[in-house]
Amino acid sequence: MPHAPQLTGAPVVRREARDKVTGTARYAAEHTPPGTLYAWPVPATIAAGRVTAVRAVDALAVPGVHTVLTHDNAPALAEPEDPILAVLQSDRVPHHGWPIALVVADSPEAARTGAGRLLVEYESTEHDVTLTEDHPGLYTPEKANGGFPAVRKRGDFERSFAAAPVQVDATYRLTSLHNHPMEPHAATAWWVDGHLTVHDSSQGSDAVRKSLARVLGLGPEHITVVSEHVGGGFGSKGTTRPQAIMAAMAARHTGHPVKMVFPRAQLAEVVGHRAPTIQRVRLGADLEGALQAVSQEIVTHTSTIKEFVEQAAVPARVMYGSPDSTTTHRVAALDVPSPSWMRAPGEASGMYALESAMDELASALGMDPVELRLLNDPATEPDSGRPFSSRGLAACLREGATRFGWHGRDPRPAARQEGRWLLGTGVASATYPVLVSRSTARAHAAADGTFRIEVNATDIGTGARTVLAQIAASALATDADTVDVRIGSTDLPTAPLAGGSSGTASWGWAVHKAATALAARLADHRGPLPAEGFTTTGDTEEETAAESPYARHAFGAHFAETAVDSVTGEVRVRRLLGVYAAGRILNARTARSQFTGGMVMGIGMALTEGSAIDPVFGDFTAKDLAAYHVPVNADALDIQAHWIEEDDRHLNPMGSKGIGEIGIVGTAAAIGNAVRHATGARLRELPLTPDRLLPYLL
Amino acid sequence: MKPFGYQRPTTTAEAVRLCAEGPGARFLGGGTNLVDLMKLGVEEPGLLIDVTKLPLDRVVRTPDGGLRIGATVRNSDLAAHPDVRRDHPVLTQALLAGASGQLRNTATTGGNLLQRTRCSYFQDVSKPCNKRLPGSGCPAREGSHRDLAILGHSPECVATNPSDMAVALAALDATVLLLGPEGERAVPVTEFHRLPGENPDQDTVIRPGELITEVVLPPPAPGTASRYRKARDRASYAFALVSVAATLQVDAGRVERATLAFGGVAHRPWRARRAEAELLGAPATPAAFQHALIAELAEAQPLRDNAFKVDLVRRVALDVLGELCEPQGRETAPAT
Repeated sequence: MPHAPQLTGAPVVRREARDKVTGTARYAAEHTPPGTLYAWPVPATIAAGRVTAVRAVDALAVPGVHTVLTHDNAPALAEPEDPILAVLQSDRVPHHGWPIALVVADSPEAARTGAGRLLVEYESTEHDVTLTEDHPGLYTPEKANGGFPAVRKRGDFERSFAAAPVQVDATYRLTSLHNHPMEPHAATAWWVDGHLTVHDSSQGSDAVRKSLARVLGLGPEHITVVSEHVGGGFGSKGTTRPQAIMAAMAARHTGHPVKMVFPRAQLAEVVGHRAPTIQRVRLGADLEGALQAVSQEIVTHTSTIKEFVEQAAVPARVMYGSPDSTTTHRVAALDVPSPSWMRAPGEASGMYALESAMDELASALGMDPVELRLLNDPATEPDSGRPFSSRGLAACLREGATRFGWHGRDPRPAARQEGRWLLGTGVASATYPVLVSRSTARAHAAADGTFRIEVNATDIGTGARTVLAQIAASALATDADTVDVRIGSTDLPTAPLAGGSSGTASWGWAVHKAATALAARLADHRGPLPAEGFTTTGDTEEETAAESPYARHAFGAHFAETAVDSVTGEVRVRRLLGVYAAGRILNARTARSQFTGGMVMGIGMALTEGSAIDPVFGDFTAKDLAAYHVPVNADALDIQAHWIEEDDRHLNPMGSKGIGEIGIVGTAAAIGNAVRHATGARLRELPLTPDRLLPYLL
Repeated sequence: MKPFGYQRPTTTAEAVRLCAEGPGARFLGGGTNLVDLMKLGVEEPGLLIDVTKLPLDRVVRTPDGGLRIGATVRNSDLAAHPDVRRDHPVLTQALLAGASGQLRNTATTGGNLLQRTRCSYFQDVSKPCNKRLPGSGCPAREGSHRDLAILGHSPECVATNPSDMAVALAALDATVLLLGPEGERAVPVTEFHRLPGENPDQDTVIRPGELITEVVLPPPAPGTASRYRKARDRASYAFALVSVAATLQVDAGRVERATLAFGGVAHRPWRARRAEAELLGAPATPAAFQHALIAELAEAQPLRDNAFKVDLVRRVALDVLGELCEPQGRETAPAT
């Protein structure tokens, strides 16, 4: 039967959408093999020190409790690559919330009750959890997250800045932020004849398998990790998290399948967070607005067990041209939970400060902030001097300005009022790098005319199955409905994680390669297919290893209209409009969903989300979604995402850039700039809660 | 989880009797707070007495034009009740400002009055808290207290009452009817919740075994307008930073009658008696309102990080009083 080719880009509905809304899609904690036991983790309640005793008599007396694992009796692990995985291996407590015991029982209720009966004794040492810009522990690391050099200097920033007739020197402060995906981190693990199977809530099960193989001293062929459906991760499931290790340990120790779900209240301390940053930005420009000097200096924290340095100064190396520039990162190792990846690590934080400073510069120059950005749009990447494979920033700014109705904007601050509401508009740029990793995939043509694609991709809610079917269908000149897509298991061809906005590019490239080979094979064949069909494979090792001579980034522009309650200081985002240049968009429906999702998360970053560490106890004080305020529907009123189709031949066969993260980048700055326009208040600290606005209101 | 018993009586007498029998018994309404606290280990009842089958789910008009609100009337039903909407818009507005649609559909009138503080130390059993564990200390005073009290707190406790509904009821001079082993009694809602003093473990004056059966609203004073306004950290589904419930009757430019209650600022809905006294007979002008509010807030004792609430509650109250003077006044819903 002939099939009409379906173009990529079509707004195809997610394949698993119905399964999800009807509850038949199974998540990691929804697998219950016979004999399953339930594990409840016990977090440390001190911020630094060691466990001197765990008295488990009362816990073990709880009916149903099988065992209590601690560093005294837990299976020994080989040293993991990531120190956060060395759980139950020593008495050391590096931060509040560090897992110190695991209670295993035949019901979750019994496990939890047992955990409550555990008597833990500690020897506390003094702790320090408070980041300051002059913290004595600050040092310059070799690299920031992502492998970027911590320090880059071009020309003589200080001389150039001092000579610039127009200067901005401002310091911006961001608190810790939490990923808090809807599905908490969970794993179900069981052993059969020496083979370990783990259903894990992860953004990439091959990486989880690798971690498990290393710490358990097993060959990867003895481990299967399945991440079939994942309820969001936002980076927090991009690296292996303790639940996979702990469930596997407990399953080995007890001989039963073990299921473990991190309770929401413990999540923030074990799954990473966006590290707080203190960012000094200095911009020097000539009287026409051309940047002469750009500096962004980051101060951030990491934990005492792991160096993770939020790469917040890295986007400044990409964004605007200037003869002289300095970008630096310094970090202090505090007694805090280990920070990690959170949606657009580096870009989200760094672009808040840089794009706020650009707005300050536009004000100082008396220049339109869109024009200022257009004027400083560089021809080559400022840091590397490489040409851009494509750079759509100017097009996004222009398109966005038109769509938003920016032209003719009155630049005066605090000049528009509608009833009780002070109105303002703001703009900010966005950028996110094009990343891609090696992937493999298999394509199969069955005798009945249908196709099957196999690749260990992970769907974290973005529609990976759907877009991979579209890519394969395009290569095979068939309808996507004829393509069965199997993802989410290490039994499938090896593939990288859903992270760094690189999943579709990485998996899709391998799928495209395998499907293209299959199409060629079918084209050569005459007559009916053999009963076993044809199978081809794709491996992008060579393609992805090649260094590109181009600087490759997605760009975007965000425009926000805010209303500030002149009585209370409450801020509402009336309109938020984003325009993106991210290569070819492969599925208009799921892409829009990712863009708008990022923008809503950006509203949270701007207005509602913030997490303080209690200096006395050393923990995050917000322990649930009632206290940690993610935006609700009433905060997300009119969100529009548009894009500019780019024809960039230097990316991958699909011509796509990543889209999962850029939506959050710049959103907070656009909102902050709009609040400044509305009120005249230049706040340099997020979130913009009423207490921060109040001092500036009449 | 600690195992607990569960009973679902159909008469109030039986409910009270069951409660007297078992130590550690708790009445269960919608469970929107109690069940959360059980999950956190803050509450460990031995017996839950589900009150939702008691005949307390009606709103009935009293002969004098007031309303008797059954304790198990759901928050959403109460907010939508035509008599409440017509006579006491402040109560509808307060209810709709609280929680989320789903929570309001299950939360009850009695349960709302008995909800506990959301102070993070109270909710974390690994930490000291005088309210949860008397004598253990109050880390909030020096710790995380941006959301906590500025009025009427004590060295032992700086918690706030989280209810929106109760603030409106305080401004409306509602009365709480209680049924206990020793019979019925009525307590004005303004005296129902306590200040913490040396016993912050006691949120209210309710006695062991007493059941809230009804809340009685007096008839609305003719010519009185009422309004509720809440300031919060996000547009919906957040507890009040501060809130204001007010009723106001103005005649010939002078305040004939005014009631004013603040939420989010104290261990109980804060009835602003001093401001009310200042307002009585005063000209209905922003200057007079400002004067009264400053007098009320003179006794505020903000903590290190919540001084903004003094300013915020004054601003909101001033605005609400101003709006009540001009009933056709400015819009209050977020402009979209």
